[in-house]
Amino acid sequence: MSNRAPGEQPLKLMIVDDSNIIRRRIERSQQIARLQVVGAASNGREAVELFRRTRPDVVTMDLTMPEMDGVECVEQLVALNANVLILVVSALADKATAVEAIERGANGFLCKPFTDRQLNDALAELLSEA
Amino acid sequence: MLKEAEIRTFVRGVTHYFETSTQQAASVGSPYIVMDGKPGAYDYTGIIGISGAREGIVYFTAPRGMLTVLLMRMQETDTSDANIMDLVGEVANTISGNARRDFGQHFAISVPTVVAHDAEKVTTPHVRSFVIPINWRTHSAKLVVCLE
Repeated sequence: MSNRAPGEQPLKLMIVDDSNIIRRRIERSQQIARLQVVGAASNGREAVELFRRTRPDVVTMDLTMPEMDGVECVEQLVALNANVLILVVSALADKATAVEAIERGANGFLCKPFTDRQLNDALAELLSEA
Repeated sequence: MLKEAEIRTFVRGVTHYFETSTQQAASVGSPYIVMDGKPGAYDYTGIIGISGAREGIVYFTAPRGMLTVLLMRMQETDTSDANIMDLVGEVANTISGNARRDFGQHFAISVPTVVAHDAEKVTTPHVRSFVIPINWRTHSAKLVVCLE
């Protein structure tokens, strides 16, 4: 029986990005002990399918992707689980895009390119909402 | 036609990319104009289509040696051709996406198209392009901006 406090329960992380390098980078660089990667998807459609199967608690989400873009995907994931925490990780640096992603249900925004520290700070801030 | 301030947006994008991704600054040479529709390409080219507020393309092109070292600086051990192509597309995507900070959300960018080992296939939609030379470590690359 675990004696962890409820706030310390492991959380499942799904990584969504059309770049294999970025998917691997996020998996390798994230140092949050509570996060366990349960899968990665390369477009929005794959992400929705993977989300249904793995039920992640936390998602990192690219925006510019083939098949289904990240904004539409955010909306579909939130419809499946309103409590999912979504960190958008995108190169689209204009404020309007960040605001739109937040309005559709994302919880945070990290602009590419990013350092390991910026990634972990953004994930830690996201989890503070959990 | 691009204004001087718009060129600076892309220059900033290049320097920010290398500083942040590799912790090693790149130096950028003086941008110049190519009028013959042939700005040239290295081994690998990541091309982003631009639509909406502006129309044209932005591409990042680099030799394999530079991209391999760039991958290694990013702690990526897989330097296969697939990952090199992924990287060159991602660099183009990131610099183009960052430009929306100045150009706004109606500067719509496509997913990357990658051309490898065939520089002749890299063409521009207009004859006039701006070329931003990039030097990083011992390597040379360039960002080409061709916008109506």
